[in-house]
Amino acid sequence: MASVILSARGLTRHFGGLKAVDGVDFDLAQGEIHALIGPNGAGKTTFVSLLSGRVPVQSGTIALDGTDITRMAAHARVRAGIAYTFQITSVYARLPVYDNVALAVQSRHRGDPAARTRAALERVGLADRGGQLAGTLSYGHQRLLEVAMGLALEPKVLILDEPTQGLAEGEIATFKALVRSVVPAATVLLIEHNMDVVMDLAHRITVLTFGQRLATGTPDEIRADPQVQQAYLGDTV
Amino acid sequence: MGFGAFFLLASLEGLVSAAVLALTAAGLSLVFGVMRVVNVAHGEFFMLGAVAAWFVTSLVPGPPALGFLAALAIAPCLVAGIAALADRLVLKRLNYDPDATIVATIGLLYIFQQAALSLYGPEARPVPAPFSIRVQLPWFGYSGYKLAVIAAAAVVLAALWLGLTRTRAGLVMRATQIDRETAAAFGIDTGRVYAGVFALGAGLAALAAVLVVPIQQAHYLMGHDPLLLSFITVIIGGLGSLRGTLVAALVIGLSDGIISVFFSPTLAKIIATLLVALVLVFRPQGLFGGART
Amino acid sequence: MKTLALPLALPLALPLALLALLAAATLLLPPYHEGNLARIMLLATYAMGYNIAFGYTGLLSLGHALFFGAGMYAAGMAAEYGGVPAAPGLALGLLGGGAMALAVGLLALRTSGVSFLIVTMMFAQAGYLTILYNTDVTRGEEGIVLAAALRRIAGFDLAQDDTRYLAAFAIFAVGLIAQALLVRSRFGRVMVAMRENEERSRMLGYSPYRVKLIALVISGLYAGVAGAAYALLFGYMGAGFAAIQNSIAPLLWVLLGGAGTVLGPFLGTAAMFYLTDLAASLTTATLLVTGVALLLLVLFAPKGILGTIRDRWAPWLP
Repeated sequence: MASVILSARGLTRHFGGLKAVDGVDFDLAQGEIHALIGPNGAGKTTFVSLLSGRVPVQSGTIALDGTDITRMAAHARVRAGIAYTFQITSVYARLPVYDNVALAVQSRHRGDPAARTRAALERVGLADRGGQLAGTLSYGHQRLLEVAMGLALEPKVLILDEPTQGLAEGEIATFKALVRSVVPAATVLLIEHNMDVVMDLAHRITVLTFGQRLATGTPDEIRADPQVQQAYLGDTV
Repeated sequence: MGFGAFFLLASLEGLVSAAVLALTAAGLSLVFGVMRVVNVAHGEFFMLGAVAAWFVTSLVPGPPALGFLAALAIAPCLVAGIAALADRLVLKRLNYDPDATIVATIGLLYIFQQAALSLYGPEARPVPAPFSIRVQLPWFGYSGYKLAVIAAAAVVLAALWLGLTRTRAGLVMRATQIDRETAAAFGIDTGRVYAGVFALGAGLAALAAVLVVPIQQAHYLMGHDPLLLSFITVIIGGLGSLRGTLVAALVIGLSDGIISVFFSPTLAKIIATLLVALVLVFRPQGLFGGART
Repeated sequence: MKTLALPLALPLALPLALLALLAAATLLLPPYHEGNLARIMLLATYAMGYNIAFGYTGLLSLGHALFFGAGMYAAGMAAEYGGVPAAPGLALGLLGGGAMALAVGLLALRTSGVSFLIVTMMFAQAGYLTILYNTDVTRGEEGIVLAAALRRIAGFDLAQDDTRYLAAFAIFAVGLIAQALLVRSRFGRVMVAMRENEERSRMLGYSPYRVKLIALVISGLYAGVAGAAYALLFGYMGAGFAAIQNSIAPLLWVLLGGAGTVLGPFLGTAAMFYLTDLAASLTTATLLVTGVALLLLVLFAPKGILGTIRDRWAPWLP
């Protein structure tokens, strides 16, 4: 069994009366592609926001590679090895594509970011658009830029929040290849609604409903789980 | 006169300050709350109200009460009109962008000051009070007009409160404050609401100035202190909370009045400004406010 | 903003050209304009500091007069009451501005946006009132005129036109080159990133609080040395320099010249200086000039002169 790179115990976050995340235990194995699925409002984005540090934890603990990061600030977690790409694309719209990625590279390495920036852009297929303002890119390309920035951080854990939303079929294929190339050196946790992508990419799947973890297992196990079927997949499997 | 009497005198003075401050700050609270606009020129609306009052009273012949009543009616409307114009010509075109509106209102501040300086002059001029009854208390005589100011402010604020909570216009304003987009989706003309709120805010400040100008004098730089004090009041009371603004105005007006009588007014102001900075840093929602800035 | 891939020489070329022009000016200009330019260069230094906080990092502050005043009074009071000569006086001013910016920043940067604006405005107002409160020592609004004997650097009399110009030039030159290098540096790019998208920057591993604090302290250093130099070179310090009008001034200059450009602060300061000078000779309505300038800028040219030029025609402009 591969080692655990990121784990959470009893993670809880309420917003007023709403229990967004309610006592979730979670283990992410090093080198795997782990998908997080669940109906809308299940708490997926809140959960990864807790992991990445964007939202403070109310109770519970998080450990990265054995180190407790529960109280660590978001920017420090990035430096420790967690990268997060936004559900609603958040690039530097008024800066060139090159600068966007260079800022990520610069965060990780001293010295001239040029070589690594070009490499990251080539990896996602945006090398010829370096001078273009990020805000003028097509939606699909902006998503790719986000991924490029995440990869340029050379994280231990790359968290992707609904990365294929709004992408065309061809773009999704590129994206899937990209994600496969990231592991097993790094680990990927992705929130996805596109079941084809999930079943195709994921080594393991965790299902969240109403802020709680319903089940964790391989795609086959999840498909066969009657509770999951009832809560989420309906009877079209 | 014993300490107790001095304290009562200081408290009455404080109440007058609080009354004027409450009106001015209520205007700012509305603008800040509904439009999310920092109007650095708010103090200038105050000043324009005072200057307009002087013009009206000097033009209207007869007993001072007549001129004063005319000023009370005309000055706030005039200033409200200027504000509506400023909103239409400037703020609306900037789409109420936070940074841009701040810079634009600073520009308006200078323009209004210049207008007053050029048309009214650099001197401070008094306006005669409508009546000069002295109310004789056991320990000292107190200006009846000042007491009337307190009463007038209370009446106006009560009317404002009722207007906001009981009338449709008030409901529309509060809806726009809570969620501009949803309000627009419900068919509310947010552009007109904004112009109206901006005008109302300016009008309240001008009204406060008309009330205070027989006590203080009208001067083209007199907007500076009310601006800072009303900001302090609105922040401590909590953004978007009229009740908080009123309570804060009471506290600040009273303490300013009392401290000024017993200690140096400059020291009081230093403490007040530092206090509001710290409140904003550590308790940004103020005393009553719910939403964060 | 241009791509990071440009060589360093180009962004430095224009500032150096300006410095060459200004150096030549001392030989060509009559004393009246020499004095004006000296003033402009010091105020432009103040504006450059403000530009670092506002133009590059996106911190809209209305409290910079506090940092300028801290520098002015640190140097001025030390000279007046302690006989401290000009060179250490400038150092005191530098430190005073920086220290004040650090103190304010530690608290104020816990807020953002409108709250930050008001907090900085309040701290500056408290500083101004403190100067007035201690009128017995500071002489408040009236201010203190510094004796010429106190204003000497390395044996040279700062009250003398040429020496004064040279001193102002030296300070401005250091500030200009430092700004040009800063905005091209790693940290400069992070400042811009923070301005453009703070949340994104946070999730790239940059600490917003830390970056903004450093930017604010640097801008405080600029303001402090400008204030100290102003007191020592022109022999006067007064509470007016710590009042809110002096917090609005650098905002106006930077907006006019172009926020987020290297030469914008100087251009804006110079333009505004001569504009008000011109207006004062034609009319008494000088406040109007400032007010209308601000309105026109924010309505029609929010990027300022150089900012608009860079946007439309010259993306390589630093």
